Amino acid sequence: MGCLESMKHEIILRDASFRECREYILSHFPEHFEVLPGYKIFEKYLIGVPPLYIAVDGDDVIIPYTKPCYGTFLIRVPDPEMVTELRQKKPK
Amino acid sequence: MPDTKTEPQDALILLGCPQVPIQTSVALYLASKLRKKGITTVITGNRAARTNIEVADPDRHYIGEVIDIDRCVALLAEKKRDFHFCFSFIHNDAGLTYAATVKAISPAAQILIIFGEHYQEVASSVDFPAEIIAVNAVHNPMPLKAKIDEVFPWVVSNL
Repeated sequence: MGCLESMKHEIILRDASFRECREYILSHFPEHFEVLPGYKIFEKYLIGVPPLYIAVDGDDVIIPYTKPCYGTFLIRVPDPEMVTELRQKKPK
Repeated sequence: MPDTKTEPQDALILLGCPQVPIQTSVALYLASKLRKKGITTVITGNRAARTNIEVADPDRHYIGEVIDIDRCVALLAEKKRDFHFCFSFIHNDAGLTYAATVKAISPAAQILIIFGEHYQEVASSVDFPAEIIAVNAVHNPMPLKAKIDEVFPWVVSNL
């Protein structure tokens, strides 16, 4: 996972489908943003089926992360600076 | 999409997890067919998928450039690279997710090669424009080879 692997993170869902992760974000995190596939965050380009959502929850960023052999993970990464950046950019 | 009338054509072969045995042999077969048509191929996948391909064709009779899948997504997202065609090998949700991503960030014509024991379930969840080749094939590559032979001339000449 590149630099994300070296960051503190919590796995919310593992070996899920992309749609399961999308539905989890929409149903559990009221503060979410739609982004395009290929959106760059934590120096990675997000993989996803549109509509692709990421969320913020307190000081944490919630993102889906897909690996070819392991399905899609939903990951929580503590990063107050990124949370501030997302709230300011309100990406689409 | 690049201009097909003035530029040599090229194709991206997007590999999924190499868990299903036929992926490597059919990808090499497809690369050979594309090369015979004068279409340059670039193969991308995770390390295991790429290693399977490179070990199977050590003298590179069929394969050309091989790149890491994350690097490939970055090149497409940054518009530093593009292709006329993208052939995506898919047997699970993750494979479909990668193909949908390439569809969203690249104008390449998408051909989804869907196989494995859950091929119908995977094919039914495709919700973006693409040509779909879907075959129940896990260990024996011949059904998928036959399907590719059947549609290849149409796919390459009409997209």
